[in-house]
This record gives sequence, structure tokens and C-alpha cells, in this order.
Amino acid sequence: MIAIAVIRIRDLFAVIMLSGIYSLTTAALFMDLDAVDVAFTEAAVGAGVTTVLMLSSLYLTRRFEAKPKHGNVLPLMVVGITGAALIYAALDAPLFGDASAPVHQHVAPRYIQQSQAEVGMPNMVTAVLASYRGYDTFGETVVIFTAALAVMLLLGIQKGSEYRPPFNSVDDQIILKVVVKLLIPLILIYGLYVQFHGDFGAGGGFQAGVIFATGFVLYDLAFGQKQARTVISPAWLPRLAALGVLIYGGVGVVSILNGKAFLDYSALSQDPVHGQHLGILLVELGVGVTVFSVILLIFFAISGRKRKT
Amino acid sequence: MSFMDHLPILVVIIPLLTAPLCVLLNRPILAWFVSILSALISFFIAIQLVFQVNELGTISYWLGGWEPPWGIEYRIDLLAAYVLLIVTAIASLVMLFAKKSVEKEIPENRIAYFYAAFMLAFAGLLGIVATGDAFNVFVFLEISSLSSYALISMGKDRRALNASFTYLIMGTIGATFILIGIGSLYMMTGTLNMADLAARLPEVADTRTVRAGFAFLTVGVGLKLALFPLHLWLPNAYAYAPSVVTAFLAATATKVAVYLLIRIILGVFTLDFSLQLMPLDTLLVTLGLIGIISASLVAVYQGDIKRMFAYSSVAQIGYMVLGIGLATTTGLTASILHLFNHALMKGALFIALGAIAFRIGSTSIKDFSGLGKRMPWTMAAIVAGGLSLIGIPPTVGFISKWYLVLAALELELWPIALLILVGSILAVIYIWRLVEAAYFGKPNPYQYVQEAPLSMLLPLWILVIANFYFGIQTDFSIGLASSAASELSGVGR
Amino acid sequence: MIELPGIYNYLVVVFLMMAGFYVVIAQGNLIKKLVGLSLFQTSVFIFYISMGKISGGEAPIFVEGASLYSNPLPHVLILTAIVVGVATTAVGLAIVVRIHEAYGSVEEDEINAKDLVDDAITEEAPSVNSRESQ
Repeated sequence: MIAIAVIRIRDLFAVIMLSGIYSLTTAALFMDLDAVDVAFTEAAVGAGVTTVLMLSSLYLTRRFEAKPKHGNVLPLMVVGITGAALIYAALDAPLFGDASAPVHQHVAPRYIQQSQAEVGMPNMVTAVLASYRGYDTFGETVVIFTAALAVMLLLGIQKGSEYRPPFNSVDDQIILKVVVKLLIPLILIYGLYVQFHGDFGAGGGFQAGVIFATGFVLYDLAFGQKQARTVISPAWLPRLAALGVLIYGGVGVVSILNGKAFLDYSALSQDPVHGQHLGILLVELGVGVTVFSVILLIFFAISGRKRKT
Repeated sequence: MSFMDHLPILVVIIPLLTAPLCVLLNRPILAWFVSILSALISFFIAIQLVFQVNELGTISYWLGGWEPPWGIEYRIDLLAAYVLLIVTAIASLVMLFAKKSVEKEIPENRIAYFYAAFMLAFAGLLGIVATGDAFNVFVFLEISSLSSYALISMGKDRRALNASFTYLIMGTIGATFILIGIGSLYMMTGTLNMADLAARLPEVADTRTVRAGFAFLTVGVGLKLALFPLHLWLPNAYAYAPSVVTAFLAATATKVAVYLLIRIILGVFTLDFSLQLMPLDTLLVTLGLIGIISASLVAVYQGDIKRMFAYSSVAQIGYMVLGIGLATTTGLTASILHLFNHALMKGALFIALGAIAFRIGSTSIKDFSGLGKRMPWTMAAIVAGGLSLIGIPPTVGFISKWYLVLAALELELWPIALLILVGSILAVIYIWRLVEAAYFGKPNPYQYVQEAPLSMLLPLWILVIANFYFGIQTDFSIGLASSAASELSGVGR
Repeated sequence: MIELPGIYNYLVVVFLMMAGFYVVIAQGNLIKKLVGLSLFQTSVFIFYISMGKISGGEAPIFVEGASLYSNPLPHVLILTAIVVGVATTAVGLAIVVRIHEAYGSVEEDEINAKDLVDDAITEEAPSVNSRESQ
């Protein structure tokens, strides 16, 4: 339903809000499907970060969409064919929730049964994410770093931009400022908790980075950019992001130097399981640092840009 | 494990970790220095890998120490080593050329970031080639794509932005298709490792899900590959990107996509599946041929030489796909050969265009008038690259076309052989326009033009000489290509 | 043969995917294209997570006594994919902002029309050295 609305509505503000709601709904669905970590991330990223970024760029461009002029027969055809292919694919798919589907047979059982002994993490998602498929996560960290680079290349961060007009009204709202002041420490503490709690429950470096960044974004929104930028200097953000990637990669290089494969954390300590623990902790720290600085960086870059009419 | 055992991962992570280093250094000259250094190191590693694979066979490297299919595996076979060699060689040469060109085309405060993004694009491509894990392909594909979008958008012309956005949309659709494809295969087999997939797929090959997954993968890669008719993003992206980026991407990115296509069709699925259950051979041959002819025709009418060569790239991709579609060992050899050879010629041509843009600030055919006298070395290189593109002996272009025609004749497909020749004739026409302008046109009297600097001529002429060297001394390239081809199509996998 | 409820989830996903896909290719507004793109991707995520679900399974965090867990691997893959998705969106938005500054529009048709004008100008004008420094 939301999806259809997105197609029909021309007010882009509403479209973006709706897509945020869609993300939240999806996150709830993920909870229902047992994917707590994913739900957490989707809520933070899809509903949070994406929406804020989209709105900031919307401010820089135009709110209303022009009326489309050309016909939409061809796109409909392409979509129709693709959809048909997908439904065709679904016809032979294993049934939803079926425990005997091939997905659950081959590779997955080892993660479920052995990860306790091999990695020593109650949260299997973290174990697979950071250890068994740790290289994918390294790649993921690099992807975020790439996004930061791309945004820096495209926009750069403009120095000393003034208060942005639409948020000026906020200046007078003392209650809001007080509430935000109270909220921010809570958010930051929660971020730290999520960062180090990922081994046991849902969470980890990525989510923590997002939450941490949200704290600063909120500060920025309430108090204006100049102040936010005195707290953390934009010039340091790219370096911080680079540092996070280097921490992750560095762990891998240390394992190579210790004669094991890249990212083999058991090389970090005498006891393999302890090594795994240490490795995951460090790696998650790297992810957290990169994600935090990148999200903040992108936010500063987009929101700090002067509007051009 | 000794140091030598780590080469498969080092070739990728050295450039990958150079990127954050560039950002930390944040000085143009330092960033350039570490970048070219790491490109050269990975080039030497790639050479070493070719030798290792030749002697000891396929190398498998377990990332994180977890055995596949639980962990991610790096798998370097002959073809992978061969493509790694191409990509790293081109990257090293382009980096040499980059210093002056980037100084001119990119604002100074962005240069360090530019090199960082370049290293990421480079490492991403290497990662796609080296990995043996389907999902890992997606991750590295996105690393290289995202950085390419940024790099392309750095072009001076505002059309670069539009081109980059179009590429972003098309590329992301392609990546999402690939994701759907990987998902369907995973759903039916429970594994993500390519070798493991190949082993487990025959069992479920006859299901609709696997077939649709195959289709999605092929279309997704086709988008990245700029396979006709999914090529619309390519010409503008190449035409308006900074010279360095065009030279690098034109010579490597599409090659890696072709590699990926070969991997999927022959490595993950078997030839039997790809060709008998799916009508892929006819499809690839048809699209390849239409691509060759139509793109060459469009190329003839381009006013901008960079865009002309971009269209010619689409045509050349047609040749490679055609070779795969013929589905014989000879055809495959021709494709793999052309992978290597096309990298050499397009690398040379786009570096030469970069040198011209460096001197006269334009690549429009109008500005080529009389350039033959003013930039004799650069123009001579373009002509040499053009000869190779047409396929005149003794250039590399001749060798790969020869094999392609041979493959067509083996199957007694005369019309295809004929159309390949028509493609070459069209190439003659568009190269001739250039030659005519440069050597017979009158120089613009208001323009003072110098020959390109040595740091540009050097990589350019290394590539030009390589075009002739490998055209005469064919043992190395043909030997590697044909053994890689028979490794893929021959022994079961 | 085919039990509909079993694949019902997938059919819904297909519908959502196609809605997103349609927005991407049919809409002229660049920001809306990006929204569509993220819609498309999010639906693919649901597809992955659906296949990891086991009826009656627990979330894959080890608990004493529980024996049936849903498959953690799709969750891991999708965590990665979500991040990739937001990175793409961010880059896309940055480009849109620049496009708006350069063209004064975020409508595909208008931009392409201006591109054609640019093309014509490049074809006509003989370039002089001064043109290169903008």
C-alpha cells in the first residue's frame, strides 16, 4: 500500500516520509521473521539515516515533482517481464518457514551448532558476520568509506556555514533544547552499550555507529551547525573514517604477520576462542568508528551546502 | 603459512588499504606516490601469481582461516590470474600517466580523495576477480561501482554528473538483479561458494527458481558489462569522466564484467546448463552481433572522439560476448584473448586522448585538425591503437579477430564471420575520420600546442609497443588464453 | 501441487519489488528514482530474510533450552546489503544535489534536454585554449 502511494504522490516530502514508514514496517516484519539484528539496522538506517539524508537533499533541491510527460508503457512492460520472471521463480521455491529447505541444510547448521564452541559468541549473527564471513564485513566497511569519499569528492564540506533558515525557529524553543540536551547523553550511552553488547544480543559496531551519529545529528538540528562543528571538527571526520578501515584491515594484517590467514582472529591470542573474541571486539570497533564518522560526514556535507535557486 | 601463500589476498588488500592511507596523508603528491607504489606492488604480485598458478594449479585461500563453504574463499585459477595481471598492469601504467593529468583536471584539494577513490575502484575490481564466493562478488562489485560513480562525476563538464547518475541507477539495478540471482541460487542450494554451487546445482538445475536466478544474474552482469541493449549508460560515462578514469575503466571495468560473465556461465553453471536449458548461446551471439554493428555505426557519427571510442568499446564488448556465445574452446579463447588485447588498445587510445585533452582541453574532432604535426608522438600512438582496433596485422587486434573468425568458421557460421569483417570495416571508417583530420586538416592558427609531456608518452608508448609485441610474439597471451579456456570448458567445472 | 500460502510471502515480495523497480525506471524525478531504488532493495531484503525463517524457530541468539533457530546467514548477508544500500543512496543524493546546482532541475527530461543543447554547442564551437579553464 505504501509502495503504491510512493508511485502516485508527487509531493516529494510525503514520498520520503512514506518511504521512511515503509522501512519501519519492514523492520517490524524482520522482527517477526526472527531477524532482530537486521530489524535493528533497517530501523536505524532505512527509517532514520536515509530519511534524514533525503530530506536534507530535498531542501537543497525542489519539493514538488513535475508532471511526467512521456508514456509509461515501456517501463510497465519491463517491470511486467521482471515480475513474471520472479513469480516464475517463486513457484518452485521451497515453502516459507519449511525447516527442510536446502537453505537450512548445507552451510547454516554449522553456524548454529558450532559457533558457540568455535567463536564463543551467543549471537550467531555476530559470529558469522565478524568471523566466518568477516571479510564481507570488511568489504562493507570499505563500501561505507567509499560513500564518504564519494560525497567528499562531490560536495566537500563547506566551512563555517551559518544557521540554516528553516531551523532558526528552533532557536527559540527552549523546551526542545532541554529535551535534546537530556536525550543526547542517553543516546550516546546507548550507542556504547550497543557497541559492546553485540556479542550477546542484537547490535554491534554498525548499529552503534549509527546511533552515535544520530546523537550528533540531533545536536546539530537543535543547536545549529556552528556549535555541532565545534564539538567535532568536520576536517577530522574523513581521517576518522579512514582510521576505522585501517583498524579493521590492521587486524587482518596482524593475523598475516602471525602466520595465519587474513582476518584469522585465532592468531591474536594463545587461546583461539579468546583470540576470536578479541578480534571481533577490535573489528567491531573499526566498523563503529567508520560508520559513525561517515554518517556524520555525509550529513554535514549535504546539510551544510548552501541552497541555490 | 609463508609469505608467498598470502599473495592472493595481498594483491587485493594492498590497494584497498592504500585508500584510507591516501586520506590520512591528504597531500596530492604523497597520495599519488603511495598509489602508484601499491599499483606496482600488486602488479608484481599478479605476475608472481600467474607463475604460481601455472606451476601448482588453482590456489585456494581461506579468509579468516575458515574452510569454504563456511568461510569466504579466494580462488585464483589461470583465468583469474590472467585478468588480475591485465588489471594491475593497466592500473600501474595509468597511475604513471595520472600525475599530470589529474593535476590539471581535478581541483587540488580533492586530489588525495580522488586517488583514494581510484584505489578503491581498482581494489574492488581485483576483489571481484579473486573471490570464489558469490556474495563477496556483490560486495566488491559495489566497492568498485560506488567509487566509479564518484570518479566519473569528477569530470569538468556538467554532463558528467548526469552520466554518473544514470550509471548509478543502472548499476544499482544491475547489482540488485545480481543480488536476486544469488538469493535464488542460495535458496535452492544453501551455499554461496561458487565451487560448491557448481557441485550442488546440477541436482536442482531443473527448477524454475534456478533458471530464473540464472536469468537475473546474466541480466545483472549484462548491465554492468554494457552488453547491447543495456549499454546506454556507458558512452556518456566514458565521454565525460576525467581522462584518467576513462583510461582505467575502459581498459579494465568491462573486462572484469566479461570475466564475471564467463565465471557465471561456465564456472558456476555448467556449459550444458547454460546452453541447453537456457537459449543463452543464440542470445549472446545475436546481441553480440547487433552490438558490434550498431555501436560501430553510431561511433562513425560522433563528433567527440572520446565518445566515439566509448561506442567502439560497446562494439568490442560485442566481440567478446560473441566469442563466449559460440561456446567452443576456440571461441572462448578468442574472447579471453580479446579481453587482454582490448585492454591494451583501449588503454593506449584513452591515454592518448587524455594527453590531447591535457594539451588542448578538448577531444572534439574539430580540434584534431593538424594535430599530426603538433603532437606527432601522441597522434602516431592513436593511429597505432586504431590499427589494432581495426585488426590489421601485426597488431594484437588482428590476433583476436583471427581467432574469432576461426571459431565462427569451425562451426561453419559464415554470416557471423562476415559480420565480424563488416565491424572491422566500420572501424576503418571511424579511425580514418580521425586520421584525416589530424594529418590532412589545417592546424588552428590561434592555438599553440606542444607535444605531451614524457610522463604521459611513456605509459602510452609502453602500451603501443605491447600492442605490437603481443601481436608478433603470441606465445604468452595465446598460450595463457587457450589453457584458461580449456580449463574452463574442458574439465567438468 | 503448489501450496499458495507457502509461497505467499514471496509473491508479496515480488509485488513490492516491482513497485520499487517501476518507480526507478518510469519516474522522471531523480530523488524519486532514489526512493524507488531503496524500495526495490528493501524488498529484496525481505526476500532474503523470508527464506531464512523456520516456522517455530527462535532468533539466532543462543539461549539455553532452545534448539530450533532461524538461519543466521541471510541475516548477515542482508546486514551487509542494507549498508551497501544506504551508501548508494548517499552517493546518489550527493550527485542529485550537484545536478541541481549545475542544471537547476532534478527532472530527467529537462536535464536530458539541456544535455542535448550542450552537445550541440560542443559540436559547433571551435575551441580556443582559453575555454579549458573554467
